[in-house]
Amino acid sequence: MKKLKLKKHSILPGFGLSLGFTTFYISLLILLPLSMIFINTASMSWQDFWTTVTEPRVMASYRLSFGASFAAASINVVFGVLIAWVLVRYSFPGKRLIDGLVDLPFALPTAVAGIALTTLYAETGWVGQFLPFRVAFTPLGITIALTFIGLPFVVRMVQPVLQSFEKETEEVSAILGATRLQTFRKVILPEIFPAALTGFALAFARALGEYGSVVFIAGNMPMRTEITPLLILTKLEQYDYAGATAIAAVMLVISFVLLLLINGLQWWTNKRIAH
Amino acid sequence: MAGQIPLQLGAKKTKSQSVTEPPWVRRVLISAALLFLALFLVLPLTAIFIKAFEQGIDVYTASITHPDALSAIKLTLLVVVLTVPLNALFGVAAAWAITKFDFRGKSILVTLIDLPFAISPIIAGLVFVLLFGSTGLFGDFLFEHNIQIIFAVPGIVLATLFVTFPFVARELIPLMQAQGSAEEEASLTLGANGWKTFMRVTLPNIKWGLLYGIILCNARAIGEFGAVSVVSGHIRGLTNTMPLHIEILYNEYQFSAAFAVASLMSILAIVTLILKNIIEWKAAQREQQEDVV
Repeated sequence: MKKLKLKKHSILPGFGLSLGFTTFYISLLILLPLSMIFINTASMSWQDFWTTVTEPRVMASYRLSFGASFAAASINVVFGVLIAWVLVRYSFPGKRLIDGLVDLPFALPTAVAGIALTTLYAETGWVGQFLPFRVAFTPLGITIALTFIGLPFVVRMVQPVLQSFEKETEEVSAILGATRLQTFRKVILPEIFPAALTGFALAFARALGEYGSVVFIAGNMPMRTEITPLLILTKLEQYDYAGATAIAAVMLVISFVLLLLINGLQWWTNKRIAH
Repeated sequence: MAGQIPLQLGAKKTKSQSVTEPPWVRRVLISAALLFLALFLVLPLTAIFIKAFEQGIDVYTASITHPDALSAIKLTLLVVVLTVPLNALFGVAAAWAITKFDFRGKSILVTLIDLPFAISPIIAGLVFVLLFGSTGLFGDFLFEHNIQIIFAVPGIVLATLFVTFPFVARELIPLMQAQGSAEEEASLTLGANGWKTFMRVTLPNIKWGLLYGIILCNARAIGEFGAVSVVSGHIRGLTNTMPLHIEILYNEYQFSAAFAVASLMSILAIVTLILKNIIEWKAAQREQQEDVV
């Protein structure tokens, strides 16, 4: 329980040193640089700002970034829950290996993932040549790259919840006459829902800002396959600092909102687990 | 909870069937999950190595021993050596302050630590251009004193510090929270000083978590692309890290060379995953031992 005192008494040493260093480091490395976005944006007039962040090319990039991120995070929820379920509940050869492999998108550099996926899904690629429609250099290709980088989030959120889930609850449900599907929908699904939603939000937030894995497969055509982070970089390379900063400010506000949402969701999930 | 529900003993069902799925459903679910993982994880990983060796081992060796490749590897190592220890030190300090003490504004601090995870790497690079670029806040000062940060190594280090900043702290905070401070308090009561308590009690307790955080931090520092690409300026042999070198090779249609360097980074990623699993296994073992004692 927090009291209104600045700090509760403790016999442990090092409070001033550790908190001082932490605050100093965060201020210098995170807060000062990030405040530049808002300071620079504040020097624009509201009219200029609004025109910059709502011009058609920018709007098209928001639609693409949000749409592809949403689609990718949704795919990840479905397959993330499925993978977590299979890993926790069933046994099959190679399970340990596959469990370890799930984190690959976190460990593999995004640029490496980007060129690998582009090569696979290009028209002449291993996968692309068998598909009747184009994948690389279309929004579909972007969605595939975003699905790859967001893959571990839902699995790693849902897995511990399933592991700590009491089998007795399912037994009771079955004894009371529910079918297996009913038990899943009415007993198991509500239990894993907060974790799956948190995983969705994490994957979505990550996808929204992702750059490395997307630039190669996107084709980067303005209005069609240009994601918002790339547009920021393009403006920067054309020395349009004001434009780049204004769009970055919009993205940053969205990131803050998502972060608060994720924190709230995580709190909800933890409460569920503790319960 | 279950005890409060009156059990209908008449409605007998075999337990094993009521809490699992029929074999064919299990098989379908396992196959679907494996197919998805094969398509999204195994296939890209395999493609990297096959493409890397497509034009033979000689092209492969030539690609990874090319002077530009070697200087990219050296720069990446330099960035890692500079950023990982700093962020590890920060992670330990932040976790100590947050888990051992109660103070106001703690939840804000925890949220701030998460911030770099939520921010696009492009924005992480952009903020340093706004600070240190030629038209940035310190642009004139740096120009007068002939210091270059953007389009130079310091900028790359700063951008990498920014994006890899939460990893160690994020691993240590839940771990140290679960461990509590009873052991440290006992050590202090028995007369050890703060430093000794930290080295002899805290550090052995958190070493696996710390190592895990460092490994994740290291993997991201090696592979960071977006943030570094904004501040690097892409000067060959000077400010190209390994991921940037891959990008240049790929855009020049030197696919085999690009995948050769990519394969080196993939091996590092696989080693990271193996280490991660070993550490998790060790941590689980430790927990079991403590349960027995």
